[in-house]
Amino acid sequence: MPHDHSHSDDPHSLLPSDPALRVKALEALLTRKGLVDPAALDEIIDTYENKIGPRNGARVVARAWSDPAFRTALFEDATAVVAELGYYGRQGEHMVAVENTDAQHNMVVCTLCSCYPWPLLGIPPGWYKSDAYRARVVREPRKVLADFGVTLPSETSVRVWDSTAEMRYLVIPQRPSGTDGWDEEALMNLVSRDSMIGTALAGTP
Amino acid sequence: MGGRFGDGPVVPEREDEIFHEDWHARALALTLASGTLGQWNLDVSRHARERLAPMDYSAFSYYEKWMGGLATLLVDTGVVTREELAGRAEPQQSPLAERCLKPENVAAVLAKGGPVDRPSNIAPAFATGDIVRVKPHAENETVSGGHTRLPSYAAGAQGRILRLHGSHVLPDSNAHGGGESPEPLYAVVFEASALWAHAEHPRDEVVLDMWQSYLLPVSDV
Repeated sequence: MPHDHSHSDDPHSLLPSDPALRVKALEALLTRKGLVDPAALDEIIDTYENKIGPRNGARVVARAWSDPAFRTALFEDATAVVAELGYYGRQGEHMVAVENTDAQHNMVVCTLCSCYPWPLLGIPPGWYKSDAYRARVVREPRKVLADFGVTLPSETSVRVWDSTAEMRYLVIPQRPSGTDGWDEEALMNLVSRDSMIGTALAGTP
Repeated sequence: MGGRFGDGPVVPEREDEIFHEDWHARALALTLASGTLGQWNLDVSRHARERLAPMDYSAFSYYEKWMGGLATLLVDTGVVTREELAGRAEPQQSPLAERCLKPENVAAVLAKGGPVDRPSNIAPAFATGDIVRVKPHAENETVSGGHTRLPSYAAGAQGRILRLHGSHVLPDSNAHGGGESPEPLYAVVFEASALWAHAEHPRDEVVLDMWQSYLLPVSDV
């Protein structure tokens, strides 16, 4: 997509203005200088397209719903507990789990950039990185929820977590009724990515 | 941009839409791979994106900002020259080439992460439940126009300490070659009405993570 031509002499203005060509030119230059191996880029992309994503977080939520000892430990030290499941790494070095209840609904944002718990949820969706979400959710979380088709009761307060440091927040949605005795795999299917950011509720059976 | 008006609706997306364009994926991977050359830290790279010219910042899409930031980092650190970027000079093999990220090391590098909690000789000044006030200017105290992680919408607001996260690297210092300068980091909770003239709901709250030097004590008189 074309944009107004840059008025600065920042280094990026030396590259093609079309963003796809700009990335291609940078990759070609860094490859020729021996600084980047295109096969490593393929591997990074494959990791976040196919290996690390919101199913990791859904497993944590389903286990918190069904295992009281796990749940207690998760709210005490989420980083250690999810690391034991193998969920640790870049953008997930310091984790905190926050619990939705009838009294309080939690939502997560990064108004300054796009901080997000990658090892548990993968790469953030476009809307999470959008100006509209970052600008609005701290000021009018209920109107943002309405954009997702969610209406909360007036007696439920909303707490929005703005990830301004390296702490990464995972919302534990409320367990839906009618799921007594369900196993972890079945519960996981009710846990969407958005429900772990706080812009959705868990699915219903 | 927290609290800004006029941005329009948030548009939900399907969960299996990870990258909207191939070049988005490429931009992300290129940024991560370049970071492993070890020539800048996370705070320096965030600052490189933030200090794009305001007209570019508002015109650029998300991953264009990443590419803009990466070009700045590469030139600032001397990893590439402006002439190479512009295609006016034949690219030279870099002395950093031995650090090039190889595909077989990707999984280990991503899994390793980069924790930022550090021992600190600055003792926590606040305890859970203490009332605090955010300093009045959402600016870097040492470097004019420098990096900070204090959003302007919270400047001057009164809040309450929710929890102590431990001591973390201070971005305001680490982004400018001032060292890691770790200090206590807190989650601070603010009533919506402490931040906004027209809060949506009287019991809603916003929590921000704040370093100790962002906070002032409030005497409970």
